[in-house]
Amino acid sequence: MATEGEKGQVKLLGATLSPFVVRVRIALALKGIDYEFIQESMHPKSELLVKSNPVHKKIPVLIHNGKPVCESMIIVQYIEEGWGNKAPNLMPEDPYDRAIARFWAAFVDDKLFPCLRGVFTGQGEQLQKAVEDSVTNFLLIEEALRTNHCFAGKAYFGGDQIGLIDIALGGLSAFIKGLEKATDSVLIDPEKMPLLSAWMDRFFKSDGVKEVMPDVTKQVEFISTRRASMISPPTSN
Amino acid sequence: MEGCGEDGQVKLLGVIHSPFVVRVRIALALKGIHYEFIEEEVLNNKSELLLQSNPVHKKIPVLIHNGKPVCESMIIVQYIEEAWGNKAFNFMPKDPYDRAIARFWAAFIDDKLTPSIWGVFNGVGEEQQKAVEESVANLLLLEEALSGKAYFGGDEIGLVDIALGGLLVGVQTIERVTGSVLIDTLKMPLLSTWAHKFCKAEEVKEVLTDPAKLFELLSEIRANLTSPPAGN
Repeated sequence: MATEGEKGQVKLLGATLSPFVVRVRIALALKGIDYEFIQESMHPKSELLVKSNPVHKKIPVLIHNGKPVCESMIIVQYIEEGWGNKAPNLMPEDPYDRAIARFWAAFVDDKLFPCLRGVFTGQGEQLQKAVEDSVTNFLLIEEALRTNHCFAGKAYFGGDQIGLIDIALGGLSAFIKGLEKATDSVLIDPEKMPLLSAWMDRFFKSDGVKEVMPDVTKQVEFISTRRASMISPPTSN
Repeated sequence: MEGCGEDGQVKLLGVIHSPFVVRVRIALALKGIHYEFIEEEVLNNKSELLLQSNPVHKKIPVLIHNGKPVCESMIIVQYIEEAWGNKAFNFMPKDPYDRAIARFWAAFIDDKLTPSIWGVFNGVGEEQQKAVEESVANLLLLEEALSGKAYFGGDEIGLVDIALGGLLVGVQTIERVTGSVLIDTLKMPLLSTWAHKFCKAEEVKEVLTDPAKLFELLSEIRANLTSPPAGN
């Protein structure tokens, strides 16, 4: 992939299976921005990662003309603003609609994701509780899809096109499906959450998404392997 | 203050001593926006208005602008910046990269610093000591981020100043109540100077929590935490 373009040099430090990295890749794909993808192993963390994200030492990191941007949703907003003249716009124009978009993106990160992490690491009763909490939060999103005038009746949270919330939640799609299969749970029940279910199917098939969304089988494999190592950690003294 | 006029109808649901509410009040003061402050009973009797305006989290602050609610303090601050974009002054930089850096540190304050500060207040013994160490480490990162500037926003108050500034009286009070040192003048000279300057800024000093009242409130809560009532 070309590394230079009209807007300079863009690199993305990440891992293909990370839902946070997927979010950024979707935003870059939607804007048609060329970039160099640098696979980060995380074990050990590369010098480039530690230098570019000294505070958190986490992926994704977007490096634009040598300057690093960290935290997936901050990167997505940066892409929107840094390439503001490039269609499509990922954020609405109206300040109130922008506040709503930020609210639900924050909800996904602050409320939903911790529960999903609980499903990822949980066993037995802990797993059950994490599943229930995740479902409660998904139901809130389903209700927003049904009743909020910004989203109701539209193809995406962003309206006719993918927007900030779609990226925030949709970036997690393969991870969510992977969790369901790996833990034999139902997180997004098509009967209880018809709108969310339909939205996710539509999202998976969308341009800009289908090219970068990880293969669910690989996601299941990754999650299952990690879960197995959590139950029986390597023996050592 | 009546919240009607050229700014539309602006109401703020909150409590005086909440650092998150203070953030919003600072932003409103900086933009010179008139609003009606509606004091909310947080713990026991959440009002109909609160439950209706913030059904997802049921938390304050909530800004209600022309009947439409905005929730989450830093989202409200960004909303105020954008909805009154033409009103001086602006607390977000113009450059997209600088905006990303501002958002990064605002998120850091919410995701890392605030939990560590709460840990100092709520913790005892070793747990508390660990929270103090974490808080100091986090504040040192902010000291570094401030580098040579008067404010995080440059020459004037910006997003990060509001994010941290809202917590300032809370942090200072927690230091007094728990006998901890968090913003160490020697280790954090820039942050100490910043704190001093921030508290005196024209638009800010009116809306900061009264330290004496907060000390009273937090001392009481801390006393209950550390010596639970005798009983079975």
